[in-house]
Amino acid sequence: MKSLRSFGFWSLVVAILTYMTLPTLVVLMTSVNPTEILAFPPEGVSFQWYEKALTYPDFQRAFKNGLIVTSLASTLALVVGSAFAWLVHRYEFRGRGVLEAVLWSPLIIPHFTLGFGFLLLGGALGVQQGYSMIVLAHMVLVMPFVTRAVYVSLAAIDPDLSRAAANLGASPFHVLTRIELPLVLPGMAGGWLIAAVLSLTEFTASLYVTGSRTQTLPVAMYNYIREYADPTVSAISALLIIATTLIMFIADRAFGLRRVLAIDTH
Amino acid sequence: MIQRRPFFLTFLAPAVLTAVILAAALFEVLQYSVREFVPGSLNVGGLTLDNFTRINRPIYWWVLLDTFYISLLTAIFSLLLSYPVAYALVRAKRDWVRSLLVSLSITPLFTGEIVRTFSWMLMLGSDGFINSMLRKLSLIEMPLQIMYTRLGVVVALVQFSMPVMIILLATAISHVDRDCEKAAANLGASPGAVFWRITLPLTLPGILSGIVVVFAWTMSAFSTPQLIGGGKVLMISNLVYLQGFSVLNLPFAATLSVIALIAALGSLVLMKSLTGRLEKRLAVR
Repeated sequence: MKSLRSFGFWSLVVAILTYMTLPTLVVLMTSVNPTEILAFPPEGVSFQWYEKALTYPDFQRAFKNGLIVTSLASTLALVVGSAFAWLVHRYEFRGRGVLEAVLWSPLIIPHFTLGFGFLLLGGALGVQQGYSMIVLAHMVLVMPFVTRAVYVSLAAIDPDLSRAAANLGASPFHVLTRIELPLVLPGMAGGWLIAAVLSLTEFTASLYVTGSRTQTLPVAMYNYIREYADPTVSAISALLIIATTLIMFIADRAFGLRRVLAIDTH
Repeated sequence: MIQRRPFFLTFLAPAVLTAVILAAALFEVLQYSVREFVPGSLNVGGLTLDNFTRINRPIYWWVLLDTFYISLLTAIFSLLLSYPVAYALVRAKRDWVRSLLVSLSITPLFTGEIVRTFSWMLMLGSDGFINSMLRKLSLIEMPLQIMYTRLGVVVALVQFSMPVMIILLATAISHVDRDCEKAAANLGASPGAVFWRITLPLTLPGILSGIVVVFAWTMSAFSTPQLIGGGKVLMISNLVYLQGFSVLNLPFAATLSVIALIAALGSLVLMKSLTGRLEKRLAVR
């Protein structure tokens, strides 16, 4: 393509990418700014805001809550999502369309509707306190991503492998655990990581289902931003940005993020 | 399709259980939306359709219209900015360029709504990055008012929705048959003509799904209009939160949630029928 070599096209792409990434860079810049004013460029380098962020009790508690919720929700999503992917991959059955529609729907349902729904469900079941509704809401929200990642890996398996094993006398259980599972494991791990990052940073639905004692990090940050404007939030944001970028980098190196997201055909 | 029976129930049970829980949560919203509001109490009264007639007031109409307007603007701008990036991402010759473009454009998806809204507050405020840069360059004397405006909200929301748009467009572009482009070029079409007459029409389904997904997604934005709009820009999500947690009118909040859900599902159905028609038309040619 000639147009790809043209200077104009690439300048446009660089300009657009600057728009996409500049806000992140500005957060990182302000997080090391020594003064309380959000000045540009920073007047020096100081890590006092990181110290303040890491010792702020609300953030500490929220971070711990977040880890609990995220690990439970993404692991549950992995179990259910993998089972669902296998189900869709292997079986035709009545009601499959309905089941698929319901389980994919969190991609379309507004997050506040979903969060509100789980708040009301918790009320109806009498379990408003604690993590149960938060974990369930997060699990449902991130499950489509796990399902997709596992399904893509499953579909990539050569069906002859399973058939050959079955012909040689392997039981269905054997085929599942010794042939398919090892081949799908990278997809499951990649899906789990994506789910974990999405759950860790999920905000709108969390706002409804977390209470003051169970709030997750994004909710604690939101409450902080509404009251104070100092670079403490920049510091905690910077930590989140670094952590999620690292996780996604690992996921990409190990499992091919482009493949999991199904955008690479090269 | 290897064997039908073994493990069928093992795979089915967790999926069905999860679907039931999700359906129950949504049913609760639906159920609350037709309940009577008891002021000063979290309990609700009998069945009523009052909540739905209450929406028929100018202020609620304005919030709904504003939500649609902002979501549509976001979808359109997101499309215009994402297409060149997605195109470069798929068609770049060198592998490291593709990897770099993927990382830069997808990673923001994973930082979450709050971090990104906060980063835009740092960008757009009267002492923010944009204003201080413009002042340093002596281009302006008074800071520009971008915070607390629709413009500011859209600027932030577009960036927020671009990763998803780029993924969808890149998928569509990578599925374009290169032989069609080569054939057109061989027959004498200029690179521009190849793009406008071949590549762009073939990616129309991706464009449509991108617009609808971003539209539906933006409609549920909460923190961006809340913090960058600063109460001056209200979207439906903010109204639901206000009704649910400040006024404590849970039934009305539920009704608004149902409306948002219907709008999101409606735009999906619209997309399906549009892409269906489009594909038929492309196939006929």
